[in-house]
Amino acid sequence: MAQRLASPSLSGFARRSSGLVVPRRAVLAGAGAAGAMGVLAACGGDEESSGSASGGAAASGSTSLGSNRGDEVPRAAEDEMIAAFEEESGITVETNVVDNESFQESINSYLQGNPQDVFTWFAGFRARFFDDQGFIGDISDVWEDIGSGFTDAFREASSNGDRQIFVPLYNYPWAVFYRKSVFEENGWAIPETLDDFVALCEEIQGAGLTPVALGDQDGWPAMGTFDILNMRINGYDYHIDLMAGNQDWDSGEVRAVFEQWAELLPYHQADPNGRTWQDAAASLVQGESAMYVLGMFVGEQFPEEEREDLDFFTFPEIDPEIGSGALDAPIDGYMMTANPENEEAAKEFLRFLGSAQAGEIFVASSPNSIAAHSDADTSGYNSLQQKAVDLISNADGIAQFLDRDTRPDFASTIVIPTLQNFLNDPSDIDTVLADLQAGKERLFVDQG
Amino acid sequence: MRLLTARDRVVLGLMIGVPALFVLAIVWLPTLGTILLSFTSWNGIGGLDRIEVVGLRNYENIITNYPPFDIAVRNNLLWLGVFFLVATPLGMFMAVLLDRELRGSWFYRSALYLPVVLSLALAGFIWQLQYSRDQGLINAVLGLEGAERIDWYGDPSINIWAVLVAASWRHVGYIMLLYLAGLKAVDPALREAAQVDGASEARTFFSVVFPTMAPINIVVLVITVIESLRAFDLVWVVNRGRNGLEVLGALVLANLTGEASLVGFGSAIATLLIVISVVFIVVYLGTILREERK
Repeated sequence: MAQRLASPSLSGFARRSSGLVVPRRAVLAGAGAAGAMGVLAACGGDEESSGSASGGAAASGSTSLGSNRGDEVPRAAEDEMIAAFEEESGITVETNVVDNESFQESINSYLQGNPQDVFTWFAGFRARFFDDQGFIGDISDVWEDIGSGFTDAFREASSNGDRQIFVPLYNYPWAVFYRKSVFEENGWAIPETLDDFVALCEEIQGAGLTPVALGDQDGWPAMGTFDILNMRINGYDYHIDLMAGNQDWDSGEVRAVFEQWAELLPYHQADPNGRTWQDAAASLVQGESAMYVLGMFVGEQFPEEEREDLDFFTFPEIDPEIGSGALDAPIDGYMMTANPENEEAAKEFLRFLGSAQAGEIFVASSPNSIAAHSDADTSGYNSLQQKAVDLISNADGIAQFLDRDTRPDFASTIVIPTLQNFLNDPSDIDTVLADLQAGKERLFVDQG
Repeated sequence: MRLLTARDRVVLGLMIGVPALFVLAIVWLPTLGTILLSFTSWNGIGGLDRIEVVGLRNYENIITNYPPFDIAVRNNLLWLGVFFLVATPLGMFMAVLLDRELRGSWFYRSALYLPVVLSLALAGFIWQLQYSRDQGLINAVLGLEGAERIDWYGDPSINIWAVLVAASWRHVGYIMLLYLAGLKAVDPALREAAQVDGASEARTFFSVVFPTMAPINIVVLVITVIESLRAFDLVWVVNRGRNGLEVLGALVLANLTGEASLVGFGSAIATLLIVISVVFIVVYLGTILREERK
C-alpha cells in the first residue's frame, strides 16, 4: 500500500449517516424519477469552473459514499466536505466508513456486492483494472464540468481510454526528504546529479550519519526506490510500459536499475527488512539518518514544532538524456460504481468533490498532501506544500507508485518478496530478475 | 439400538443429523469448493461463466515457479517440530508443577495463561517491542550497537525462530491449562497407592498419572498438530508472512484476499494444505481405532 496503513480500528466497520436515511425503495423510485428528469433537464454546465457544483436542479434525494477514511483527521475532513455539499445541494449523503486496510482488502467483494454510489479509491492502473471488469460508472459528463480545473496529467490519470472514471481529490510527491538544519550545520548542498549524490553520501558517512534511511518490513516502501531509479535510468515511458506488463523484467534495462541500486545500498540503513517505515522515519527525525526516499506523509512522524525543518528535493538526475522530471505522486480520490441508486445525485456529489472548495477543505486538515484542483487556494499552504505544488506542476511524468501502476496481484505476491530478497542479498541480481520475469509471465499471461 | 423407542430414535437422529448437516454445509461444501476452484484461474470477479478451467496448471506453478512454497512447507514442519518437542512438553511440565497447589499458584497460572487471551494485535506489538532491531529491548539489553545489532525480524535465517519463541509463549499457556484440567480429574487414590508402594514423584507421574491421562494426551497431541498447520496470525502481524516467515496459511491468504485475488492459485495452495492435514487425520484416526479394537 503506497500510503500509511490505518491503525486497526476496533469496530472495523462503522455505519454512519448524515441526516435522513431514505429507505431503499424510496431511493430507487426517486432514482427512476431523477433519471427521467435528468434526460429532460439538460445539464447546463458551461460555467467557469470556480469550484461550485453546477446543474443542481437535476439532482435531488440522496446518494451514498463508501469511504476508507476511518482515521480521525481525514474522517473529520471528509465529513466537513459532505456537510458543505449537503448544504449547497440539498442532497443527503449516507456514508459507510471502513478502515483503510480492510477497505482495500475487501474491494473485490465490495464492488460485486452492494456498493455505495460513490467510493474512495486511487488513480491509475488500479482504477482502470476495476473499470475493465465493468464495476465502474462512466463520469465523462462530470468531467465536462470539472475538467478545466485539472491539468492534463490529472485527466490522464483519471481516464480509461476516452472515458473518465475518477475524480482526483489530493496527491503528494515521493522525493528525498531531509532536515534543513542538519544540512545547514554540515554545509551540505542539494545534489543535482548521481555523482553529487554519491559524493554527498560519502561525506555524510564521514560525518558519522547514515546517508539514507530505509525500512521495508511492510514490503511496499522499497518500491518507491525502484520506481525512481527506473524512471531516472530508463525514463518515464519505459517505467509505465514495464508496469503495464509490456516489457520484460529480465531485460538489460531492469538489470541496470538493480545494479545501480546495489551500488547505492551500502549508503542505506542496514537490514531494511526488519525495520518498519516508521522506525526508518524516526532515524531521520532524530538526526541519525540524513535523507529518506519516501512520500510526503513522512511529515506525520515529525513533532508539530519541527515540521518546518523538514524539506525535500527530487531524486537527482542519473542520465542527462532523461533528466529528473518524472516522479511518483499518487493521487487519491473518488469513483462512481456501475449501477448507482441515484446516478444524478451521485454525479452531483462528484462534481462537488472535483471542485476547488472540496480540495481546500480536505487539505486544510492534512498538511502532508496537496489539493489536486488547479484553482484550489494555496495561500494557507506551508512551505513544504508550496514546494510540492511546484515540483508536481513542473513534472514531465507522474507515476502513481508501483502498487498502483501495475497488477495488484503482481505487486503484492511477486514484487514485494523479490525486492525483499534483493535487499537481503544484492549480489544475486540474476535470481531477482528471473523471479520477477517468471511471476510476470504467470500473472500477466496466465491470468489474462 | 433395540432398546430404544421410536421416539428415542427420532431424537437421536435429530441430535446427530442436525450438527452433521451443519458441518457438511459449513465445512465440507466450502472445502469441496476450494478443491474445485484450485483447478481454475478464477480471480474472484464475476460469476461461474467467467471461471476458466486450467487443469493442473496452478499446481505446476506452485511446484516449479513459486519459491515461497518450499520455504512455507519447511517452516510449517519446523513449527510442528518445535511445538511437539519444546512447547507442548513445557506446557505439560508447567501444569504438573502448578497441580501441586504451591502458594501463589493462581498467579503463575494467570501469568502463563495471559498470552493466550491477549488480543493478537497486542501480542504482535509486545513482540515488536522486544525484537525491533533499532529500538527493541533485546538488542538494548545485549548492548549491541550499529552494524552488529541483530535483525530479529528482518534476517530470513533467524526470524522464523524469533516468531517461534513468540508462538511457543502462547502455546505453552494453552497446553498448560488443558493439561491442568486433566490432572485435576485424576483420582488422588491412584497417587496415594503409588506412594504407599514407594514410587518416587517422577515414577508416579510416568507410570500412573500419564497413562490414566491418555484421552487428554491425545487431545493435546491433536491440538499441537492443528496449531502448527494453521500457524498464521503471528507471522501475518510481523510482515504478512514474507521474507523467511512464509507459512502455508499466510500464502493462502496473501493470494486469496485483498486486491491480489488469485482465487484459483490460492485455492491450490489451500488444497495442498488440506492434503497435508488429511495425512495427519488418517494417522490419528488409525491410532484411535486400533486402540478401540484392543
